[in-house]
Amino acid sequence: MAGTGRILLEAQDICVNYGAIAALSGFSLKLMEGEIVAVIGANGAGKSTFMNALMGMVKLAGGTILLDSYPLTGRTWKAVQGGLSLVPEGRRVFAPLTVEENLRIGAFTRKDAGDIQEDYDWVFSLFPRLKERLTQYAGTLSGGEQQMLAIARALMARPRVLLLDEPSLGLAPIVIRDIFKELRRINEQGVSILLVEQNAKQALLLSHRAYVLQTGRLLKEGNSRELLQDPDIRAAYLGQGA
Amino acid sequence: MKKSLFINAGIIALSLGLALCPLGGYQEGIVILLCINCVAAMGVSILTGFTGIFTLGHAAYMALGAYTTAILTVRYGVHWFPALLAGGLIAILVAWLIGVPTLRLTGDYYAIASIGLGEAIRLILENWQSFTRGARGFPGIDPYTTRGSSVAVFAVLTILMFNLLDSRLGRELRASRDDGVAASLLGFNTPRSRMKALLLSAFYCGIAGGLLGGYMCFIQPSMFDMMKSTELTAVVVFGGLGSMTGTLLGSAAITLIMEYFRDISQYRMLIYGLLLVAIMVFRPEGLLGNREIWDFLPRFAKGRRS
Repeated sequence: MAGTGRILLEAQDICVNYGAIAALSGFSLKLMEGEIVAVIGANGAGKSTFMNALMGMVKLAGGTILLDSYPLTGRTWKAVQGGLSLVPEGRRVFAPLTVEENLRIGAFTRKDAGDIQEDYDWVFSLFPRLKERLTQYAGTLSGGEQQMLAIARALMARPRVLLLDEPSLGLAPIVIRDIFKELRRINEQGVSILLVEQNAKQALLLSHRAYVLQTGRLLKEGNSRELLQDPDIRAAYLGQGA
Repeated sequence: MKKSLFINAGIIALSLGLALCPLGGYQEGIVILLCINCVAAMGVSILTGFTGIFTLGHAAYMALGAYTTAILTVRYGVHWFPALLAGGLIAILVAWLIGVPTLRLTGDYYAIASIGLGEAIRLILENWQSFTRGARGFPGIDPYTTRGSSVAVFAVLTILMFNLLDSRLGRELRASRDDGVAASLLGFNTPRSRMKALLLSAFYCGIAGGLLGGYMCFIQPSMFDMMKSTELTAVVVFGGLGSMTGTLLGSAAITLIMEYFRDISQYRMLIYGLLLVAIMVFRPEGLLGNREIWDFLPRFAKGRRS
């Protein structure tokens, strides 16, 4: 599913400071409805900070975040209610709860009294492995399964934008490919996706457009396919000398 | 039988037992003390055990409840029951004022802040002579805390507590305890949940303090010092963080053991210390861990764990 041309989420001139250190200085990004957008960059470029800023987990020193052209207030639960759902770095599943309980928590704060069963069916069709593990404690799952659970849990909130912070972190390449394949399917079913990744190649292959972030500033943006061919990007992020 | 029905019936049966069994004057006093300590411990438990906010200053809320109730009944002739409620409400109010700036702190930082706040409240009570009579203490409180009244308050608050824990709020608290970041990302308003937990715990401690005043007929600020605060938290850890029945058991066990050794009172703190060391060595997760007592029954074993 490609973008429909309507701006869903827009970040304008985002600045975030940690004490005296500027983590983000004036980063802007647009996400169209139906699009997959990736933010790539090295360690410490400000990728996770940007995600946390979108969710209201860190304070903005400047800039605005618009969802459907309405400003977000900087409160995390309001961002979730507005339809943003972040799969955090390191997954953060509730280890002492079962897979099913983790999924139920994902739907806990939903205001619509929709049919949860439908959402179960949806996430199980995406990640059949979770259905097999339904009564198992989340802490006993493998890393890849925990990542699937974290994504499924975020989907239980029926988000309009799924945000992912380093979904490939600590996973085997084959598991990463599986998960990215499911992300595409999720997108095809109408969920816009914004992900930040160090694994630039996978992120560029999946996304429609991408932004390259370097020490808190935009380095480059554009069509992902073009970025994949860009000699600078290839040299710096894809490990292929120019 | 449904679990909630089972729990409520159990609390009512226990309370009726405590209220009606034939006891001498001394044993009645122990029952009253049990009820008071359990109410205070439940207050600390919902904050420390279920929300993960360690406090070392909750004796201050007991002091607020005790002084409010005492001053209202003695000076203004208010009936003890509305005065007791007022004590709980004052504790809530002060907790709210304190919570707005301090609940942003987590982990050890809040614990340190709570020590300071607890001591500050005690020192205010000690030095505001014209209103509280300061360190001389506040005498002449009516003995309104009888076995009947304390058991009744205990029963109502215990039923309320267990039903709250099984409600939406209880799940919110546990989620923000287990992983505050994940909980907020799933749309939980974690700051508000934490505040609710603090207000509830202040209310329980305020009521417990009010009852304590009516039992002792005399209160003084040094009864609510840091030792008392530490004891409240220690009891909760002793019973098991995240287990309300564990809190009740732990509180009852400590109260009874301390009472049993009253004759050798100068060695009581020694025994108390030994007890805490023993539980930390042999059962570091506390008496019941993070499970409720019925989780040990085969019938409910498949139920939710805390």
